Amino acid sequence: MDLTYTPEEEGFRLEARTWLEAHVPKTPLTSFDTAEGFQQHREWERTLNSGRWSAVNWPVEYGGRGANLIQWLIFEEEYFRAGAPGRVNQNGIFLLGPTLMEFGTPEQKARYLPRMASSEEVWAQGWSEPNAGSDMAAIRATARRDGDHYVLNGQKTWASRGAFADWLFGIFRSDPNSEKHRGLTFILVPLNLPGITVRAIAQLDGETGFAEVFFDDVRVPVENRLGAENQGWNVAMATAGFERGLMLRSPARYQATARKLIALYKIYAKTADPCLRDAVARGWMNAEAYSLNTYWTVSRLLQGGSIGAEASLNKIFWSEMDVQMHETALALLGPRAELLPHAPAAENAGHWLDGFLFAMAGPIYAGTNEIQRNIISERLLKLPRS
Amino acid sequence: MYFQFTEDQRGFQDSVRKFLANECTPVHIRASWTTETGRSPELWSKLAEMGLFSLLVPEEHGGLGSSEVDLVLLLEETGRAALPEPVVETAAIGVPLIAGLQRKALAEAWLPKVAGGEAILTVGHEVNPFVTDAHVADLLLLQRGNEIHAVPRDQVTLEHQPCNDPSRRLYRVEWTPSAATRVARGEEGRSLLAAALDRGALACAAQQLGIAQQMVDMAGRYACEREQFGKPIGSFQAIKHMLANVVVRIEFARTMVYRAAFSVAENAVTRAVDVSQAKLAACEAAVSGAKTALQVHGAIGYTWEQDLQIWMKRAWALDIAWGTGAWHRARLAATVLDGDVLPETFSVRREASPA
Repeated sequence: MDLTYTPEEEGFRLEARTWLEAHVPKTPLTSFDTAEGFQQHREWERTLNSGRWSAVNWPVEYGGRGANLIQWLIFEEEYFRAGAPGRVNQNGIFLLGPTLMEFGTPEQKARYLPRMASSEEVWAQGWSEPNAGSDMAAIRATARRDGDHYVLNGQKTWASRGAFADWLFGIFRSDPNSEKHRGLTFILVPLNLPGITVRAIAQLDGETGFAEVFFDDVRVPVENRLGAENQGWNVAMATAGFERGLMLRSPARYQATARKLIALYKIYAKTADPCLRDAVARGWMNAEAYSLNTYWTVSRLLQGGSIGAEASLNKIFWSEMDVQMHETALALLGPRAELLPHAPAAENAGHWLDGFLFAMAGPIYAGTNEIQRNIISERLLKLPRS
Repeated sequence: MYFQFTEDQRGFQDSVRKFLANECTPVHIRASWTTETGRSPELWSKLAEMGLFSLLVPEEHGGLGSSEVDLVLLLEETGRAALPEPVVETAAIGVPLIAGLQRKALAEAWLPKVAGGEAILTVGHEVNPFVTDAHVADLLLLQRGNEIHAVPRDQVTLEHQPCNDPSRRLYRVEWTPSAATRVARGEEGRSLLAAALDRGALACAAQQLGIAQQMVDMAGRYACEREQFGKPIGSFQAIKHMLANVVVRIEFARTMVYRAAFSVAENAVTRAVDVSQAKLAACEAAVSGAKTALQVHGAIGYTWEQDLQIWMKRAWALDIAWGTGAWHRARLAATVLDGDVLPETFSVRREASPA
């Protein structure tokens, strides 16, 4: 055990910091859940990629820099320290990317990964359906094999980034006689194909962060399949593991929120409810705990370990931590907490309100926290299935 | 940056776990409740043979010269077994306190004996109004302001304070400080007492991890066996989710405790705040583990006969030992909110940030 950084790691940090200081936009971009903001963020991803910083832990041939996971964590720390923009293509780079590395053919990796790293192609997720939410194995959208194509029919919903994305990945029922998690296939779908209708859905904040996607005899070449036919559940579970676990929510994000919360507390310390003092310190402590846990997991992965049901522990922890910090911030802001960012008297209250609304989605997406608790109790404690 | 233990450290942990599973069972623990001292010299000798007390003793005094990073996993096991012996006071606090004294006479006289299991230490610190295991300690290390006094047991008067946990033996200690008993004062005393407090809190936190895990394991097994409405109660989500919440607390406390062990071993600038976080997180895991395990067991868990009480009462006791939750929360908040030494991104970082 050595919890200090090596000179090489410090060197990597300095390189990342120097580049970010020179390139991070000086004024915040518009939300990527608007048409204008989406384009701005795609531009930013191109810039990141030009410095080979968009997917640092990917192999060099796919647009990364072959960094190890410790370096990835260091990069994330610097990224949030620099106040750099949100990652519009995180569905691609952090979720589908690692899944492609594991399950993709050499041709698929060469076809998809470089365009993902540059965000020439931005990805949406296609998991949920109107009747397949927590019960994801109840998927009904179909992929009927027809020669060297799959013909897709049905509906996906809550597709994150679906309103503006170029591609969608998801699982479809390829064996009509199958039930539950059997007979599903993982397919990569360009959203400009004939027969696809995308209907944006406004979220709590009024912006179109996700969408419904309708498939009406959409023909997709067989080479767009990831993994084997009817084996899509295993591929999807690997992606879900990344989402709940490591890649989607790096600890630096919450450490940045914790530091902002401390700064906010210092403004209101004299008038704040005394119990908020402990709540602010608790937010910082939780962010530390999450960071430590991630370094612990990453150290294990570097030794050849794998991530399993622990991903469910992470998902519960970061989502509840995020809610707690934002609730605390709104409590500090008091009567100002309800103001939108553009309200004349909002000062910094509106950004905390935005963050609060986003945090409130955390316990729901990527598998509700109740599903995670089932997984923990059944896989780690070996309790009987319900 | 590497945040895992070595195979040797894990191997030592396994051997201590197996040893205690045989030598410190609930039957042994219950038997000790009715003996005069409540302690087992035989068990103490065997623990000494395993090297538990020589771990932090410097090599020049016949020890292994290891660090808290080596000790923390063993302390976790003593918690899992609810070991009643004063391992924390002797191995985790007393030994490094004596080894840290500028004058080496006490170390030369006592540390070889402690390493060999021939002497027991205990520590009286101002955060704890009572001294644990003073009745079996050969040497008491007692705080008086910034002074530390080393007092043999025959020079103290003890008043026993019966406690909720039948394994705990707490005493009010009366003694007369003198120049002869004083071993440190001023800045040396202050610094050693602060380190002793952090070592005590870290050791309790490590034990709480083991205690919490043991209670979750017991409740999990019970939930698989106990049937109501025609099925195991562990198949009900109300039970599953309660237990899952404790697992989350344990796993996120675990890495805080291991980090604190590193910070204490390295005497890091963030030692105090790292330890407070570890103590808070581990105690919350253990106390919520106790509450949940009791609820899962239902009425049977509320009986004297059920062994759950052994761990539940220890969890409650250690929650207030070496700094209560309120004490550590106040220290955490003071550092995070009033201090100016807050690390920029990640407090494990010891080196200065790149410019």
